Formats: sequence, structure tokens, C-alpha cells
Amino acid sequence: MKSVVLIITMSLVTILLRTLPFLVFRNHTPKYISYLGKVLPPAIIGMLVIYCLKDVTVFSYPHGIPELIAVACTAGVQAWKRNSLISILSGTVLYMVLVQLVF
Amino acid sequence: MKQRIIKQAFLKSLPILAGYIVLGMGFGILMLDAGYGVIWTAAMSICIYAGAMQYVGVSLLAGGASVVTTILTTIMVNARHLFYGISMIDTYKDAGKYKPYLSFAMTDETYSLLCDGHAPEEGDPNFYRFMVSLFNHCYWIIGGILGNMIGSVLPFSSAGIEFSMTALFVASFTEQWITSKDHTYALTGVIGTLLCLLIFGRDNFLIPAMIVITFVLTLLRGKEERDK
Repeated sequence: MKSVVLIITMSLVTILLRTLPFLVFRNHTPKYISYLGKVLPPAIIGMLVIYCLKDVTVFSYPHGIPELIAVACTAGVQAWKRNSLISILSGTVLYMVLVQLVF
Repeated sequence: MKQRIIKQAFLKSLPILAGYIVLGMGFGILMLDAGYGVIWTAAMSICIYAGAMQYVGVSLLAGGASVVTTILTTIMVNARHLFYGISMIDTYKDAGKYKPYLSFAMTDETYSLLCDGHAPEEGDPNFYRFMVSLFNHCYWIIGGILGNMIGSVLPFSSAGIEFSMTALFVASFTEQWITSKDHTYALTGVIGTLLCLLIFGRDNFLIPAMIVITFVLTLLRGKEERDK
């Protein structure tokens, strides 16, 4: 029973965080918020890249080298092919090979 | 017509498929180890639908955390979703009946697929976004159920497959970088978050990073208006 309450709590708080901006600015969006909405996406994607790499161990073996190589591969293939399916697949396969067989 | 949009949405969601199935399985296995069965697992993946939060949620459930602790933890882990809402207000303005689900289903990954505002030229763009969100949600739910039922990972070694989520954001970042002239905002996100990670450590850096990013972007707006 306690678990049901906790799951509902997690669900409601998550829903609230995701829908709050839409509820608050339902009728009128201030210019400042529109501005943030326009410039936030590139900043957020940058934040998420760092967020995903937060557990990389730079100061001990393997010093984040597999991540560095795989990130470079993903970015390089994306810049070359402009197709996210190909770039994500190649980066991920390379990373799996690196962590399973090389490092 | 509808079928064509569904097909395009499916293709758009494909980069998420492997990552969500595997990360979802990881969650299902954690739930199994904590003594929760498939109904609990499915319920959480359907109603919460937030990767990192559900991993944390398993320990909250297993440890019998209080409601207050659960509320605070959820806010800490998921506060970044406030950002997504703010930046999608214009895109989802006319989403009508799809709006409640679109705003609920906005995970990191779904956001990164839809945040550029692009949609197929023909058909209802909001139906397309709805289908992309729904496909992702399904992958996540299926992954959780599979992990909980099988209780072990795939027959081949899947170590490192979680990198597909990192690769997704790296690919979005690169694409965004190539298509825009001004890199100030992207750099604000990367440098601001990196600094906060170094200062606050890996457990507490996300909310400070959001504050720093908002602050810097606000300053940049002042500058932009003076330049005009």
C-alpha cells in the first residue's frame, strides 16, 4: 500500500514538473519566457551531453578515453552523414567494442 | 495519410528504440531484485515514465521512504523537465487534445527529438509528435516488462549499449551546431553545466546548472537588446 502511495507521488510530481510551464503560461506568454523558449534548446542539449557523461572517470583508468573516442565518432559521422540513426548506431557499436574488447 | 505519419513517427523514434529497451530492462531487473513484479514495473513505467527517476524510485520503494522525501527527491531529479516545458510552449501551443499527453511524455530523449519544432510538411504535426512520444513510451514500458520477466540481460553482452542515449544527445548537439550560426547558447549549456559539475559534484550539479544557464541566457538577452 505504501508503495502505491509513493508511486503515485513520483508520478504526480513528475507530471507537475513537465506540465507546469504550459499551465502557468496557458493564455499569455511573456516576452522573456518566449525568449528563453527560443534559446534554451541548444543550451539544454549541451547540458544533457554533460549530464550523460557525468560518471566518466577522468582521473582513473580508462580516463574517459572510450567515451572521448565514441563521442568524437558520433559527432563526426553526424557532421558527415547528417543522419542521427547512422551516427548513433556507429558511436554506440564503437563504444561497445571499446569497453568490451579494448579497455 | 495517417499511416504515412505513423510510419514517419516510427522512423523518427528508431534511434531511441535500443536504448529504451535496454535501459527499461535495467529498471525491470532492479525492480525484480527489490521484490516487485511485473504489474508494479509496468505501472511505474506507464505513470512516471522518467528513466533516472525510476532507478532512484526503486530504492525509495525498497527503503520505504517517506512521502516528503519522495516529493523532494523527484523534484531534485526531474527539475530539468521544467526547462523542456518552457522551451516547448510555442511548439505545443495549438496541440489541442494531444497537449496533455505531449507534455506528460516529454522525457530527455523525446525532447531532443522534437525540440527543433520540425514535423513532416503534410498532415497534423501534433499527431506526428504524439506518435513519436507514444512509440518511445511503448519501448520504455516493453523494456521494463521484459527485464522484470526475464530477469537477466540479452544473450549477447550488452555492456556499453547505454551509450546510445549519450550518442543521441551528441548527435542532436552536432546537428544543432551545424545548422545554427550563433553557438553562444549551445556553449552556455556545455560550459555552464561542466563548471557546475566540477564545483558541486556529480550528485548535485543539475539544478545549479539550470540556474546558471538561465542567468547567463538572461544576461545575453539584455546584451542582444542593447545591440539592436
